[in-house]
Amino acid sequence: MSYFLLRRTIGFLATLVAVSVVVFAVMNVLPGDPALTILGLDATDDALAALRDDLGLNDPLLARYFGWVAGALVGDFGTSHSFRVPVAELIAERLPMTLSLAVAGMILTLIIALTVGIYAASHHGKPGDWITMFLSQLGIAIPAFWLSILLVLLFAVNLRWLPPGGFAGWSDPVAAMRSLVLPTVALALVQSAVLARVTRSSALEVMRQDFTRTARASGFSQRRILWRHVLPNALVPIVTIVGMQFAALVTGTIVIENVFYLPGLGRLIFQSIANRDLPTVQALVMLFAVIVVTANFVVDLLYVLIDPRLKART
Amino acid sequence: MKQLPANFIIGAVLVAFVVGVAALSLIWTPHDPTDLNIRAKFGAPSHVNWLGTDQLGRDLVSQLMAAARNSMTVALVAVLLGGSIGVALGLLASAIGGWVEDIVMRLADLGFAFPALLFAIMLAAVFGPSLTNAVLAIAFINIPIFARVARASGNQIWTREYVLAARAAGMNKFTITLDHILPNIAAAVIVQATIEFAVAILAEAALSYLGLGAQPPASSWGRMLSEAQTLMYLAPELAIYPGLCIVTAVLGFGLLGDGLRDMTDPRLARAR
Repeated sequence: MSYFLLRRTIGFLATLVAVSVVVFAVMNVLPGDPALTILGLDATDDALAALRDDLGLNDPLLARYFGWVAGALVGDFGTSHSFRVPVAELIAERLPMTLSLAVAGMILTLIIALTVGIYAASHHGKPGDWITMFLSQLGIAIPAFWLSILLVLLFAVNLRWLPPGGFAGWSDPVAAMRSLVLPTVALALVQSAVLARVTRSSALEVMRQDFTRTARASGFSQRRILWRHVLPNALVPIVTIVGMQFAALVTGTIVIENVFYLPGLGRLIFQSIANRDLPTVQALVMLFAVIVVTANFVVDLLYVLIDPRLKART
Repeated sequence: MKQLPANFIIGAVLVAFVVGVAALSLIWTPHDPTDLNIRAKFGAPSHVNWLGTDQLGRDLVSQLMAAARNSMTVALVAVLLGGSIGVALGLLASAIGGWVEDIVMRLADLGFAFPALLFAIMLAAVFGPSLTNAVLAIAFINIPIFARVARASGNQIWTREYVLAARAAGMNKFTITLDHILPNIAAAVIVQATIEFAVAILAEAALSYLGLGAQPPASSWGRMLSEAQTLMYLAPELAIYPGLCIVTAVLGFGLLGDGLRDMTDPRLARAR
């Protein structure tokens, strides 16, 4: 076990280092002058020189890379050019929005996907199965941003039940929750489409096995068999997909925040692109990549918790 | 002949429709898709403008057709580019094995840490948003996917007896890869390419919606949706058609890919 943990942890750390190299390389090594990108073509030479100095562009590349990583490790991502405050401050301000959206989205995704998947599996070959699988196929093909627009059209423009976008802050919790309903639903519906299919096929696999038959023969209720015997054994493929989907979920929050004008990290990243605020973009891309890599690492560890048999094989 | 899977047939029909419309737009659209006619803005569907006109009086059908062509082009270039680099890397890993295989596969793992959107964001921040950068970002995420598929299927073929025979006969690994490995993994690669085509269409739409893809005046379903979003109270129907087009195209290529996989690898057809 400790050997397994050690190996995975080393792999995880190596990936993080590699990710930081890629992000730094794309943002700094590729041709183009960051100072020129930030200030634009009509900048004076003096201003350019001052900014280059400010950004540390005159230092050797390796020194800049290590300076950036050393700073990032203690939470110092440099200063944002457009907001004129430390990037870390911007992130701290907007992280709660993105996190609450991602967590709420993930929870709703799991609720929908597990319920629908188990329902479809237990109605295998019947109309309920076909309908849910058709809907999930459709859900895979629908872009999250279009689904969001459709939800806004229905619930904000026509029915006027919920706000079409924006976020006024947590001072009025009811209003805040109301503005998060549509974004969360849009995020979760698209995500759960894939997961419901995986849940269904994994559950079907388990339902064919002997212990399920034994449980049925023992007279347990269908509900008890599904949730206590089938689901726990069907979890390994489900957790794999959840881990892989976390990347899609993170990307999803970036898109959804922009559709609904929510002041989170995803909105910040696009404001920073528009403002040519390279240090902020670099910090945010790194942050998102770290989240994705960490999620995959956690999934690796979860496998062993869910299915101790895998330990022997790794 | 064996009956074709339903998903293959439905997928093929949808794909034929979308590709047909995209091809038709090369030689004919009802109107010039970029032709402004501000007096005819928000026009209702008529025999002149079948689906009506947008906020600048441009014909909607013509725009949707031109957007189909752009979307197909982006997906095709991105999947071909990323796919060929990925397959080449996968074949290399599979042929040489050892540390080369290790390095290629670790690099592929690394690629999975970057969703297309993050890569597109980096490129847009450095070079400014453009359709080329969107294509590059989508191509990039395809490299690790195809590298894995090519290596996994390639490794299987390398253990076959006819490959062993070819090696015993003194053929070098490069020739064996071209003569025996590539033709035998082609089916798996084509199936993957069809599925990735659907993913690429979705990615292009999302990037264009966010302003990182097609720039005006180029038509794009994603960009049409982002413009329509600001006009939702005035002309809600503008937010419907481009989305329907995206779903049709993505669903078509997705089903076609699933169907092809069921046909080429019956083991996977099982309980789906």
